[in-house]
Amino acid sequence: MAQRAGDNSQASSNGLKEKVLTLDTMNQCVREVEYAVRGPIVLRALELEQELRQGVKKPFTEVIRANIGDAQAMGQKPITFLRQVLALCVYPDLLSSPDFPEDAKRRAQRILQACGGHSLGAYSISSGIQLIREDVAHYIERRDGGIPADPNNIFLSTGASNAIVTVLKLLVAGEGRTRTGVLIPIPQYPLYSATLAELNAVQVDYYLDEERAWALDVAELQRALHQARDHCRPRALCVINPGNPTGQVQTRECIEAVIRFAFEEGLFLMADEVYQDNVYAEGSHFHSFKKVLMEMGSPYAEQQELASFHSVSKGYMGECGFRGGYVEVVNMDAEVQRQMLKLMSVRLCPPVPGQALLDMVVSPPAPSDPSFAQFQAERQEVLAELAAKAKLTEQVFNEAPGIYCNPVQGAMYSFPRVQLPPRAVRRAQELGLAPDMFFCMRLLEETGICVVPGSGFGQREGTYHFRMTILPPMEKLRVLLEKLSRFHAKFTLEYS
Amino acid sequence: MQRAAVLVRRGCCPRAAGTPAVLPSMNPQVRAVEYAVRGPIVLKAGEIELELQRGIKKPFTEVIRANIGDAQAMGQQPITFLRQVMALCTYPNLLDSPSFPEDAKKRARRILQACGGNSLGSYSASQGVNCIREDVAAYITRRDGGVPADPDNIYLTTGASDGISTILKILVSGGGKSRTGVMIPIPQYPLYSAVISELDAIQVNYYLDEENCWALNVNELRRAIQEAKDHCDPKVLCIINPGNPTGQVQSRKCIEDVIHFAWEEKLFLLADEVYQDNVYSPDCRFHSFKKVLYEMGPEYSSNVELASFHSTSKGYMGECGYRGGYMEVINLHPEIKGQLVKLLSVRLCPPVSGQAAMDIVVNPPAPGEESFEQFHREKESVLGNLATKAKLTEDLFNEVPGIHCNPLQGAMYAFPRIFIPTKAVEAAQAHKMAPDMFYCMKLLEETGICVVPGSGFGQREGTYHFRMTILPPVEKLKTVLQKVKDFHIKFLEKYA
Repeated sequence: MAQRAGDNSQASSNGLKEKVLTLDTMNQCVREVEYAVRGPIVLRALELEQELRQGVKKPFTEVIRANIGDAQAMGQKPITFLRQVLALCVYPDLLSSPDFPEDAKRRAQRILQACGGHSLGAYSISSGIQLIREDVAHYIERRDGGIPADPNNIFLSTGASNAIVTVLKLLVAGEGRTRTGVLIPIPQYPLYSATLAELNAVQVDYYLDEERAWALDVAELQRALHQARDHCRPRALCVINPGNPTGQVQTRECIEAVIRFAFEEGLFLMADEVYQDNVYAEGSHFHSFKKVLMEMGSPYAEQQELASFHSVSKGYMGECGFRGGYVEVVNMDAEVQRQMLKLMSVRLCPPVPGQALLDMVVSPPAPSDPSFAQFQAERQEVLAELAAKAKLTEQVFNEAPGIYCNPVQGAMYSFPRVQLPPRAVRRAQELGLAPDMFFCMRLLEETGICVVPGSGFGQREGTYHFRMTILPPMEKLRVLLEKLSRFHAKFTLEYS
Repeated sequence: MQRAAVLVRRGCCPRAAGTPAVLPSMNPQVRAVEYAVRGPIVLKAGEIELELQRGIKKPFTEVIRANIGDAQAMGQQPITFLRQVMALCTYPNLLDSPSFPEDAKKRARRILQACGGNSLGSYSASQGVNCIREDVAAYITRRDGGVPADPDNIYLTTGASDGISTILKILVSGGGKSRTGVMIPIPQYPLYSAVISELDAIQVNYYLDEENCWALNVNELRRAIQEAKDHCDPKVLCIINPGNPTGQVQSRKCIEDVIHFAWEEKLFLLADEVYQDNVYSPDCRFHSFKKVLYEMGPEYSSNVELASFHSTSKGYMGECGYRGGYMEVINLHPEIKGQLVKLLSVRLCPPVSGQAAMDIVVNPPAPGEESFEQFHREKESVLGNLATKAKLTEDLFNEVPGIHCNPLQGAMYAFPRIFIPTKAVEAAQAHKMAPDMFYCMKLLEETGICVVPGSGFGQREGTYHFRMTILPPVEKLKTVLQKVKDFHIKFLEKYA
């Protein structure tokens, strides 16, 4: 029987006992955790979907979930080869089926040989199947123009999220003024703030520069770091490249400057590179932190600690549900690396199907393979469509007065800035809502479009944004962008 | 400029061999974590395997991994129906194939329709795919003779480990003498001690009664909690039933006594029931905590807070690598449930393929369906085999002088007590090892058999055990048991 919070006294007078676990007795750090991408606005979207199903009349016929970077949920098709290999691994009887290409069968057999009992159902070792880690190392080497990667420095994980949390866990120590501080970009992907809250570490914000396409400025890193040293011990610097929610793709010079800064200030670098395959803008190019670090030579290359993260959820694959990913660590203390493995071992291993998928991602069909042509075509189509949608989004939003959208250089989101009239801001405050949450809630109620308010990612005081994915199919996206722009105009008028 | 040490690093010079590891700056809680199931002895086993691969001669030709409850790694075959449905979900083109039975296709279609974009590749809701939670609730209701389960109380998880860890996380609060105490059985499955370490909670040991087949004695619970109240706030009571490593299956009376104790002492109950399908002793039956709680009447069933856990890793399925699991929560405060979903949402969702595997486990072929006969046969074969091996192991170990093995009523392990002569204890101490670790290392080096020392699970002072799985195929298991017997006799002679 449900009881409201604070009703425990009521509970006892009803003869029901007070609960052991209440808001007051629970882990208070967990109470502080917020994750906007699946936060209040999404809960409301769920309710609206429920109402629609029950036949309640709305100004729209469907809720558009443009809140989360889930490509396949929005209709993107999985890559055929990946699913073929995985199906063969799941049900090896299919190895004798004529309906599967030979190269897919070969890949499946190779993976199964490396699994305990030749089955995806066996636990793997905690860092992930050796063979797959070797393949990841080769991928990294190819990607980085031959710079070596050591499979022993590669740890497969349950999505990139898990690896990020594991590394952060290692870093958090101290108390009071020596409590670990972690520099994170504002705006950020709220896994970082959520994890820092949970771990009771100190969040240290550095602002990306909206005026310059969300560029990362080392002077701003300096500012943030020096202010932070007053009240915590900054130990780590997180960079998301390409950026989420901002989509900016960092220049090589910028990455070098960040590395130099981290080295000089004694910071552990975390490079979240899950969108490394999602680069659209002409002139933008993905530079891995690992590559740049190594090419900078001494003393950086052999001393600067770095953890780089990748995932099967984004790119052209969009295999979010499989929870596949990896972290490559560079220059990590050997003892600490052992500790990290120990920590991972408590959860046994990352999901083996996700590991198998990752293997396909890092070693896709070669030009001589039978599946190459189809693979390549599917991959190109997905990426080209994303690039077109990125451009379209920027264009349509910038045509709307009061909406300004920086170029979507990469990733899969737009993060436009919206002007909100002062009356709307006041109304939001009356309701106890962040102004952009108020805007997004109204947008949802009137159009069915679900986007995430900028306050969920962080933004400069007095500015308002929202994050919208570019994932709906092209024609639908166009309609959404126009609806949203019209709504904004209406909203502005209403609160003028 | 001050160069803060981040994680201990040695600059360019490798540390001299034998120097103790100095890790002052990493998370001390993580440092305290141990997980014996994949601990030092398993690392040693890995090294030995590599040596064997390199052709180094040993007194054995293979390492037998009897350290971990991974059935498929030891040759157990996956259930055909389960893999068929998974393959259909993974590669829906197969829905047109004549090689798959209709009932498998029906299940696959149902799962896919409940997924975003009709694909396993989308994120699901953080609580898990809706229709799968409904299926889990229906399973629980059937299992418990009609005692109702609410899908809203079901959370799908990344293996049971993830659910257990999450609930403990929410529960741990307070400081100093009011820090949360968590009661765990000794011997225990070391996930519990590891998570307690990581969360900096207080571990409160209650001893299972080896003389009485590892029975749980409420007087011992009382003793433990009274002592604990001195230095912490005991809030949680963990039970593993059937037990790991001990294999005992609790009687219904015992479960009632435990529930009453939890009610009296206001404890949150965690019931780890992942071995609910692994009951071998004809005198024993699995009684779910949920069912017993409900049948004890409203004073208990409306008040006692309970979380029960299940998994795809054990039972007759052995699908460890899929990381599938669920928890059912009873009498949780609705705001706590909100906090739970919020916390889970940061990691987005459990692997969808694992959720699908769980669905088939809770919704297997019914009599009359096309796949029923084969499914039933395979299931009975696995369980019959395990029961045979359980008895075989108990009997063979009890023939060895200096080994006493309690009946393996359930689960998949033997946890025999071994007599270690004083001289061996001294030798162990000289090597700075727990005596049973010394024993197990010797066993590994001389026979290639890898088991986990009892010190990794906890045991009464001055007693020694090891945990060995019963998972190798029957003939191999007989050989292994014989080898352990021979080794033990030799060991006793050597250290007489």
